Amino acid sequence: MTLLRQRLAAIDSTRGVWVALVITLTVGGVLVYADGGSLFHQSSIVSMLQRAAGLGIVAIGQTFAILAGSLDLSVAYVISLTSLIAAETMAGSEGNVPVAIAAVLAVSAGIGLANGLLITKLRINAFIATLGVGLLIKGYLEQGYAGPAGSVPTSVQRLGYDRIGPVPLSFLLMAAVAVAAWVVLQRTRFGHHTIAVGGDLDVARLSGVRTDRVLIGTHIICSICAGITGLYLASRLGAGAPRVGSEGGYDLESIAAVVLGGTVLAGGRGGVAGTVGGVALLAAIDTIFNQLAVDPFFKQVVRGVVIIAAVAIYALRRRKAGRP
Amino acid sequence: MSATETGNAVPVRSEARRGLTGIGPILVILAVFLAAIAVRQPEFYDPPSLLAFLKRAAPLVILAAGQYFVIVAGDFDLSVGSLVTAEVVIAARLIDGDPALTWPVIAVMAGFGLMVGLVNGLITTMLRVPSFITTLGMYLILVGAVYTWTGGSPRGALSEEFRMLGRRGIEGVPYLQQLPYAVLVLAGVAVFAITLMRADFGKVLLAIGDNPRAAALSGARVARARTVAFVLSGLFAAIAAVLLGGFGGVSFQVGAGLEFTAITAVMLGGVVLGGGAGSVTGAMLGALTLEILFTLLNLLGVSGALKSAVQGLIIIAAVAVGNIRRRS
Amino acid sequence: MKISTAFAATIAAVTLLTAAGCSSDIPQTNPSASKGAGTGEQSKFFVQADYDREIALRKVTPTGPSDKPWEQALDPKLVDTAKYKKAGPYHLCFSNAGVGNPWRQVGFKNMQAEVALHPEIKTFTVADAESKDDKQISDITDLLGKGCDALIVSPNTTATLTPAVEQACAKVPVIVFDRGVNTQCAVTFINPIGGYAFGADGAEFLTQKMKSGGKVLALRILPGVDVLETRWAAAKVIFDKSGVDVAGVEFTDGDPAKTKSIVTNYIQRFGNIDAIWMDAGATAVAAAEAFEDAGKPIPPINGEDQQDFLKMWQDKKLTAIAPTYPTFQWRTPVIAALRILGGQQVASPWKLPQPTITDANLSQYVQPNMPPLHYAMCGCTMLPGYPANWGGKS
Repeated sequence: MTLLRQRLAAIDSTRGVWVALVITLTVGGVLVYADGGSLFHQSSIVSMLQRAAGLGIVAIGQTFAILAGSLDLSVAYVISLTSLIAAETMAGSEGNVPVAIAAVLAVSAGIGLANGLLITKLRINAFIATLGVGLLIKGYLEQGYAGPAGSVPTSVQRLGYDRIGPVPLSFLLMAAVAVAAWVVLQRTRFGHHTIAVGGDLDVARLSGVRTDRVLIGTHIICSICAGITGLYLASRLGAGAPRVGSEGGYDLESIAAVVLGGTVLAGGRGGVAGTVGGVALLAAIDTIFNQLAVDPFFKQVVRGVVIIAAVAIYALRRRKAGRP
Repeated sequence: MSATETGNAVPVRSEARRGLTGIGPILVILAVFLAAIAVRQPEFYDPPSLLAFLKRAAPLVILAAGQYFVIVAGDFDLSVGSLVTAEVVIAARLIDGDPALTWPVIAVMAGFGLMVGLVNGLITTMLRVPSFITTLGMYLILVGAVYTWTGGSPRGALSEEFRMLGRRGIEGVPYLQQLPYAVLVLAGVAVFAITLMRADFGKVLLAIGDNPRAAALSGARVARARTVAFVLSGLFAAIAAVLLGGFGGVSFQVGAGLEFTAITAVMLGGVVLGGGAGSVTGAMLGALTLEILFTLLNLLGVSGALKSAVQGLIIIAAVAVGNIRRRS
Repeated sequence: MKISTAFAATIAAVTLLTAAGCSSDIPQTNPSASKGAGTGEQSKFFVQADYDREIALRKVTPTGPSDKPWEQALDPKLVDTAKYKKAGPYHLCFSNAGVGNPWRQVGFKNMQAEVALHPEIKTFTVADAESKDDKQISDITDLLGKGCDALIVSPNTTATLTPAVEQACAKVPVIVFDRGVNTQCAVTFINPIGGYAFGADGAEFLTQKMKSGGKVLALRILPGVDVLETRWAAAKVIFDKSGVDVAGVEFTDGDPAKTKSIVTNYIQRFGNIDAIWMDAGATAVAAAEAFEDAGKPIPPINGEDQQDFLKMWQDKKLTAIAPTYPTFQWRTPVIAALRILGGQQVASPWKLPQPTITDANLSQYVQPNMPPLHYAMCGCTMLPGYPANWGGKS
């Protein structure tokens, strides 16, 4: 019963962002048209979807951590690290691709496990634990790399560039990750437990949920998603890059996307559909601003306002709906 | 993330223990670091160089004290780093080398810090936006706005009078040679912060961090106290900006990353993220310990690139140790 | 029991920390590993042939008008561009890595002003990647959909834009500048001599001015940034060869307060430091101030062509040098694009001169009316909108 109610809540709190997306695209479309361009030209659509893909995959992973009442600040460094692992293991040869993928998944899962253990077993706050792990990876990267390294064979680069009609392969990859995540959250016991742990840790524990395992699981999923983004970026850049994750701001942006999507930062409410909407909204704003050649600094201001305003509106709606 | 949002209540402690919770470990760590420095660099303890160290550490200690108010009430302030940058850049543009404008501009900076804190506080409490999001948004807004305003590169210049506060001191003090103004400012801020925490306001803040609903039921004005905490954080960031701008001069880098360093410092000092436990003294000692650690890494000759790894390890270890102690 | 747990863990942490300290000291205790001390392993980015070429290029006399260094070229090899010839007016596109630091700010203003000089450029479309590699790749796709006649690219990272640039080359003439890409498909690649020359200019000056066996502190902005790695790689070669003692190599994040703290710690640790080498000038003033605040004379130092440093150099009569990575290079891609679209030959690669500011020519670069972080070597003083658009006072 409670789970059902929570699921309903998840659906309604993640709907707002899609409304915002439609409004943004309409207004943006008109503005760009007035400026003499077109937002729905094939190349703009391709780049919009392309922009969404990289951030989308990390943000889907981040959704798990946040739903469980945690968060992961190490993803940006995991992305840089795995892009390097991928490109260096592949070393330009197709034969190494399966090994490279396995290595990326193993390393990222290991980092997720470490995050999860620090949080559950040593009871370190997620903020500090993942910040600390991020700093450790950063140190390793700074010590070991002077710039881009490794090389990705052309066949793998196609993941970053090929598309079917206007839809890039990478967007399909993100869609696949999103569907898988949705199924896990909605249809599996692990998913229900994740929501329960985020809703109220003590209640979940008392009702027999193995909360530590669930938290560790969400962190492993989160890191693996960051690893997949690392792979995707390696395919796009043709090499691994030690600063691609941190310069891309994937840590804070993924959290922002999740929250924009209506998932509550404290956990227990929200879902993947909202996150995908949040990512799409950020990508749409980016593309519109690009088309209008808006000053990048002013763009920052707008992003900040949008994030605060969106969350304020969600909070207001929830209060109106009588769920404090 | 915050206690108000998660409801993952921190175990309630007796009033008497609260004040001292968590200070033990940070004192031990600080002592070990100080001992390590004594071995490696005994000259560090000459009064002038010790004071010079305190002068460098003052801005972070002040920021940590400001961040403490916010954290202990169960919130976050991620905007302080960008606020410091904004303040310094604003000061340079307004002063533009004119000594007569020094004090008026410092007043403007204080006002700006108070205002940013007030906005953070009101959005968080009135609109019920989690402080992580409010201050993350504010961070983006401040960075973007200050770059837009200056056309992307700092303009103008700070006056020598302005820079004095962070850079110079009272000369000719017997035994100490120079007593840096920054150290005096730090002492003032520390006394102010500790007094505040001993007053009713401090008790209310701790109670809110512990359990906001219980605090509200017992008559505390929760929203007001949380807002005041943000205002204090903004004001302290402004003070830190005056000292940092004075110490290092104008740049867009001056505040970069300071929010994470300040939060780390507060946690190192035994303050629990989520609120309700830990002391402002601990938070300030945490900041001092971090600065000592940075100095120690320089003195030991740890390679620049490895520093973040060592820092990450120490943070995790210190917080883990604090937790283990608290549980046993 | 409680305390002992805390102690054990702390001691463990400190031991580890000390161990980390020791391991980085290895080159000092084992000088045979490298002739100098404390400089560590050579960067993976170091390529001897490139180093030798850049060192030699410093002596080459550029061809082209001497009052317009942005139109000059060193040892130019001209390529034919007749196949790109097209009638105006033109639509120029520019994929910019970002404007996140003063160098890129000044440069971008130079480029905008250069565009304003040419009425035949009808539209100038810019996409700013905000220092994100992935965004820049999307930006290039975006721009290609806008009907550009030529595309200028300033890559965010060397090499990572290679596939995107190859895509673009198939559609329009491409001009790459500042950082390179791993493909020859662009019509030309424009940049000054390069990082090795920058690093060497500073290091050679310092080794001449400091006492033999003296201690030099190397201050770098960040690790892992390609264009900065070569600067340090060159300085390292020179320091190792000359036998000066590199007391430390530290990263400052470009933060003046952090820089000052680091320098103060080194002064304390070694009693004094005899020279400061920097891979970028942004925090040179802060480094020098650390000596002032410690009551010591400012040792030989290299900065860059930023006004705050040049002013301090002039006021305090420093023993200093300022190698530059001139921002006037931002004008050249526009000029090159117009030549290409006009079917004229262009140099490929187009190597620009890389002037150095010394005591002899310092006075002509100090501009008190310009903002503290303005780069003097901008070639912008005659451009429309100067000085107001660059933040200066007329």
